[in-house]
Amino acid sequence: MHKKISGGVSESVVHDSAIRHVTGQAVYTDDIAESYHQLHAALLLSPHAHARIVKIDLSKAWKCPGVEAIITADDIPGVNEVGPIFPGETALASGVVQYAGEPIVAVAAKSESEAKRAVAAIEVEYEVLPAAISIEDSLAQGLKVAAEHTLKVGDSQSALKQCEHVVSGEFHIGGQDHFYLEGQVASAVLGEGQEMLVYSSTQHPSEVQKMVAQFLGIPRNQVRVEVRRMGGGFGGKETQPAILACIAALLSVKSQKPVKLRLNRDDDMIMTGKRHHFLTRYKVGFDNEGRIGALEMVLAAGCGQVADLSTSILDRALFHSDNCYFLPNATLHGIPCKTNTVSNTAFRGFGGPQGMLGIENVMDHVARYLKMDPVQVRIRNYYGTADKNLTPYHQTVEDNIIPEITEQLLNSSQYFLRRKEVEEFNASSRFIKKGLAFSPVKFGISFTTSFLNQAGALMHIYADGSVYLNHGGTEMGQGLFTKVAQIVAEEFQIDLSRIRVSATDTAKVPNTSATAASSGTDMNGKAAQIAARILKQRLIDFAVSEFKVKPEEVIFHNNRVTVGERRIGFSELVNMAHHARVSLSTTGFYKTPKIFYDRGKAKGRPFLYFAYGACVSEVLVDGLTGEYRILRSDILHDVGTSINEAIDIGQIEGAFVQGAGWLTMEELYWDSKGHLKTHAPSTYKIPTCRDIPLDLRVEILKDSPNQEDTVYRSKAVGEPPLMLANAVWLAIKDAVSSFCAPGENPNLNAPATPEAVLKAIGSLS
Amino acid sequence: MRNTIRFLVNDEPRELRSIDTNLTVLQYLRSVEKYCGTKEGCAEGDCGACTVVLGELRQGKMVYRAINACIYFVPMLDGKQLITVEGLASNEGQLHPVQKSMVECHGSQCGYCTPGFVMSMFAYYKQNTEADRTSLENALVGNLCRCTGYRPILDAGKQMFSEPGCGRFDDRHEHRIVQKLKEIQAEESLHLEHSDQQFFAPTKLEELLELKNRFPEAHLLAGGTDLGLLVTKLNRRLPVLISLEKVSELHTLSVLDSEVILGAGVTYAEAESVLKQEFFGFYEVLLRLGSVQIRNLGTIGGNLANASPIGDSAPALIALGAEVSILSMRGERKLPLQDFFLDYRKTALQPDEILTRIHIPRQVQETDSFFRVYKISKRFDQDISTLCGAFYLRKVKGRVEEIRIAFGGMAATPKRALQTEKFLRGVEWSEKTVELAMELLREEFTPLSDFRGSAQYRKVVSANLLHKFFLETSSSESRVGVLHHA
Ligand SMILES: Cc1cc2nc3c(=O)[nH]c(=O)nc-3n(C[C@H](O)[C@H](O)[C@H](O)COP(=O)(O)OP(=O)(O)OC[C@H]3O[C@@H](n4cnc5c(N)ncnc54)[C@H](O)[C@@H]3O)c2cc1C
Ligand code: FES
Ligand code: FES
Repeated sequence: MHKKISGGVSESVVHDSAIRHVTGQAVYTDDIAESYHQLHAALLLSPHAHARIVKIDLSKAWKCPGVEAIITADDIPGVNEVGPIFPGETALASGVVQYAGEPIVAVAAKSESEAKRAVAAIEVEYEVLPAAISIEDSLAQGLKVAAEHTLKVGDSQSALKQCEHVVSGEFHIGGQDHFYLEGQVASAVLGEGQEMLVYSSTQHPSEVQKMVAQFLGIPRNQVRVEVRRMGGGFGGKETQPAILACIAALLSVKSQKPVKLRLNRDDDMIMTGKRHHFLTRYKVGFDNEGRIGALEMVLAAGCGQVADLSTSILDRALFHSDNCYFLPNATLHGIPCKTNTVSNTAFRGFGGPQGMLGIENVMDHVARYLKMDPVQVRIRNYYGTADKNLTPYHQTVEDNIIPEITEQLLNSSQYFLRRKEVEEFNASSRFIKKGLAFSPVKFGISFTTSFLNQAGALMHIYADGSVYLNHGGTEMGQGLFTKVAQIVAEEFQIDLSRIRVSATDTAKVPNTSATAASSGTDMNGKAAQIAARILKQRLIDFAVSEFKVKPEEVIFHNNRVTVGERRIGFSELVNMAHHARVSLSTTGFYKTPKIFYDRGKAKGRPFLYFAYGACVSEVLVDGLTGEYRILRSDILHDVGTSINEAIDIGQIEGAFVQGAGWLTMEELYWDSKGHLKTHAPSTYKIPTCRDIPLDLRVEILKDSPNQEDTVYRSKAVGEPPLMLANAVWLAIKDAVSSFCAPGENPNLNAPATPEAVLKAIGSLS
Repeated sequence: MRNTIRFLVNDEPRELRSIDTNLTVLQYLRSVEKYCGTKEGCAEGDCGACTVVLGELRQGKMVYRAINACIYFVPMLDGKQLITVEGLASNEGQLHPVQKSMVECHGSQCGYCTPGFVMSMFAYYKQNTEADRTSLENALVGNLCRCTGYRPILDAGKQMFSEPGCGRFDDRHEHRIVQKLKEIQAEESLHLEHSDQQFFAPTKLEELLELKNRFPEAHLLAGGTDLGLLVTKLNRRLPVLISLEKVSELHTLSVLDSEVILGAGVTYAEAESVLKQEFFGFYEVLLRLGSVQIRNLGTIGGNLANASPIGDSAPALIALGAEVSILSMRGERKLPLQDFFLDYRKTALQPDEILTRIHIPRQVQETDSFFRVYKISKRFDQDISTLCGAFYLRKVKGRVEEIRIAFGGMAATPKRALQTEKFLRGVEWSEKTVELAMELLREEFTPLSDFRGSAQYRKVVSANLLHKFFLETSSSESRVGVLHHA
């Protein structure tokens, strides 16, 4: 009779902080108790998109009450450097400013309002320079933040000539602000000597540590970065937090007091990067059945003033420009455009969504041109399993399950029946039309920069049998701490309540990668599993020698250990091992196998595996105003074998709604001078609870373990479901097309704001 | 004259004499009380992370309303109970039904929005005995969550009504709170001073007029949902504040034979039921003005006095033919609302004057009268209008007898489309004439292009709204659109 432990793998336990969340007891960086001599920082941001800094006059600011430190780029003892890939990206502007919002001066004062008043007293003289704001500006001037990159398979140029039909098009895909509810914040506490402790709301503590050390000119062993939780990250807290941390740390050194730098919402949105906006151009050749023979696509990404992670993001956009479709001949070309706007950065999907929306729009165009149901065109072009499975980056798709997902979802959502109903409705309705669309998702899992695919964990078992766990992953709401703890509970066969995951800390697990690329559980879960297995083996070895049994006779189950005939409590065994001087502390280390990518050749296996999913969405569109409403969305998504279905469903739904926001109402608007005009929730609208589909049906694909040896055969779930929302955009486009002539492909941009909808209908010309 | 304010923080009494009168409740909670459960997500009333609940005594009973702590000044707490997320669970740690259902339904991920949701849901819990989706959504659209996609939160909002209580806010507990609140109620006017700042809360109209006369530069404070932003967004200091809250004459609401009279200090929430019955189109658009938190504080008087070209009450009220009463020590005057707006953010109010009443004729109740308001924005709820069009029509024998068309977002002030009205007056109410009128309307205004929409979009849609109005008043379809509450 085997009773199960509580909180093991595959149980839908609640988030480890859920009770603290609902009672207000969860401590975020800004909530950490302040020191009695705490200082607060404020920043002077550039008002110009591009200008030379002629003179900075701080004399009036120094005279303001409460001011304790003021720094500019000239005061940096180390290097003024926060570039994650390429050097030359600064925390404080030096000599020139390259976007409106770039930090130039930082002030620390006794209160936030005093710091702000001092900032207002700073006088800067600028020589304004010409600025490139839009992607078109940048393309016209040939401005780039890095080299272009191309994926190539077959010979698209000559294949295009053989195709029965060729169409081309171009459309804009807007960016997106992360709008994590907790804004960026860093709090620096000077220790003795050179010691620096930084509390940072970051997905990447090791990088914050590295940048702060560099900035201050001290070794990394002097800098400790800690983060217990973030109030959302979504990629926005991967590279950006280093800027705040460096500034807070230096102000702390200068003032010899703890300094907190917390961005208010406006500064956060103006100063920190967002999802890249794209201009996508395509030329596609296909046959009468809609089978694609050749595709040429150019993805011009608006990167902002410096590269940040743009090259990797553009790579991933290219890697997803095939989505689920076999492209026998394709040339996919990425241009990382430099603009005088804030440097864009990681955002859930990391370029994948833009790449995928591009090819989905192509599929839609082909179907409309041929007057076919877009679903048919999509299915016809799917990757095969045995053949037709080579991607444009020359990785073979080995785990294709999209045909099964498609079939299941089309059935469960009654797609074809509803297609008829939509047509009937539209035939009898003059100004209000329905739209229906299906779209599939195939998303590659692993960091495409291979060395990043490593993770570590630190584990102690205390003599009372409680387990302490620390890993390099950060908790931003995705439930990582919960899932990893469940994995450890399962390994030891002890209740989840016996395991504590502590704040992520660079002093506990060093040299970690960002919690990003959906890889949190895959990597940290494995590292923790490895650590648990090491300690478990030590306990087994101990039991074998102590009780003279065979290793197979030591079995862990339900908080106990059976050793031969004996049954011992887990804590009892631990205590005995401790007395026998067995080490009960270890680290675990994991690196993802199989992956590599040769960027020079644009060939390799950047991904260990793919995560799949699909969505059918139906919308209602008002042709007089462009307003719309999502009526229903059906989702079927692949998470391998789920470690925690409730958490996975939470990721799927949350990502889907975030994706729907990106493609509908979330519009970033820069004026001609490069000022972001949508920099707070009053002007930048993310979905509310009324904007989700009236009828939302989300299912996890059953009985579909990961083919690769991932932790408990699960699959990553953070990013892939965001792209399920492509179906919402395509459904709007479908409705728009019923206002247009048959065969016409309406030119809808993303986001499909009411104005974009009317424009695509043709009412605004 | 009193010079202290008294209120409860959860169950604990507080008495403050000298306090920065521009300090927000959010800042106060986090920095003075060290209650960090209440979060800042925007400091402009738009995200709900800072939501707290006010408990107040009304006719001996407790009423609860959710508000945004980030734009609510501390002196406004006088006489009230401030309920925060820390105050819901029992002392023994037993969760309140709202909290329990949020945990069980997986309603939190990063948890940063959660305290705000919990408080909005708590207010809803106290006002209802079960949840229906529309009213629950109404209660929660002022709370943004970037993680969950909302479904689990809506589930929790339904489930909470079947969770057992934890002893907090039940009858016995409430009874104790009522006693405590009774002790701190005061009839007397309030005058707080803090360095160069003054905060007045007069209780009589004459007193208010005197103060406004004495301090013509003072800011009248109604709900503070516009004023608060001056402090939190523009870093302005408001040295003299005169609160309208305790002047009962400004809070009356009367339905007479020929008109409805709204006191300028009546909040949207308070006006809701009368407006629903009398001027449904107005009610509908007001349900989309801000969020519950905003409507619990914001007043129609404040909306008009603020004179934003995109304020949502003005077009409807102009189309309804409303008038406003203006009062000062010099006497009273009455103006048609359309003449109240002089220029961009400029009203006919003199520095010593206050807006006291809004008079709305009950004409729309007549037969063959139609009234609709259309608000166009990127998001349905809690968004500022790209444009807002209000239409009033009275037909006689198929012809236009009377028509008023008013727009917000098309010019520097809320404005009537006089040329289009003139063209339509007397003609047949048919698609043909409406199409001609649409051509006129498209060119009647020269709107701006901005991040909410281009000039071209505004022009086209303003005309299309007339078309929509026609469709809704001439066919069997009373609604042509994709978005309405019902
Ligand atoms: C998050 C958010 C969302 C919002 N959404 C909308 C929206 O969708 N549509 C919309 O139209 N508005 C919106 N607003 C603006 C605001 O809520 C309204 O304008 C509201 O009606 C203002 O009323 P109040 O009582 O809060 O005014 P207050 O802020 O108290 O006052 C506003 C101005 O009017 C003056 N004033 C107030 N009462 C009087 C009086 N009796 N006599 C003379 N002067 C007076 C004040 O001195 C001040 O200058 C929003 C605001 C916020 C913060
Ligand atoms: S902090 Fe966003 S509403 Fe108050
Ligand atoms: S749980 Fe993260 S914002 Fe709602």
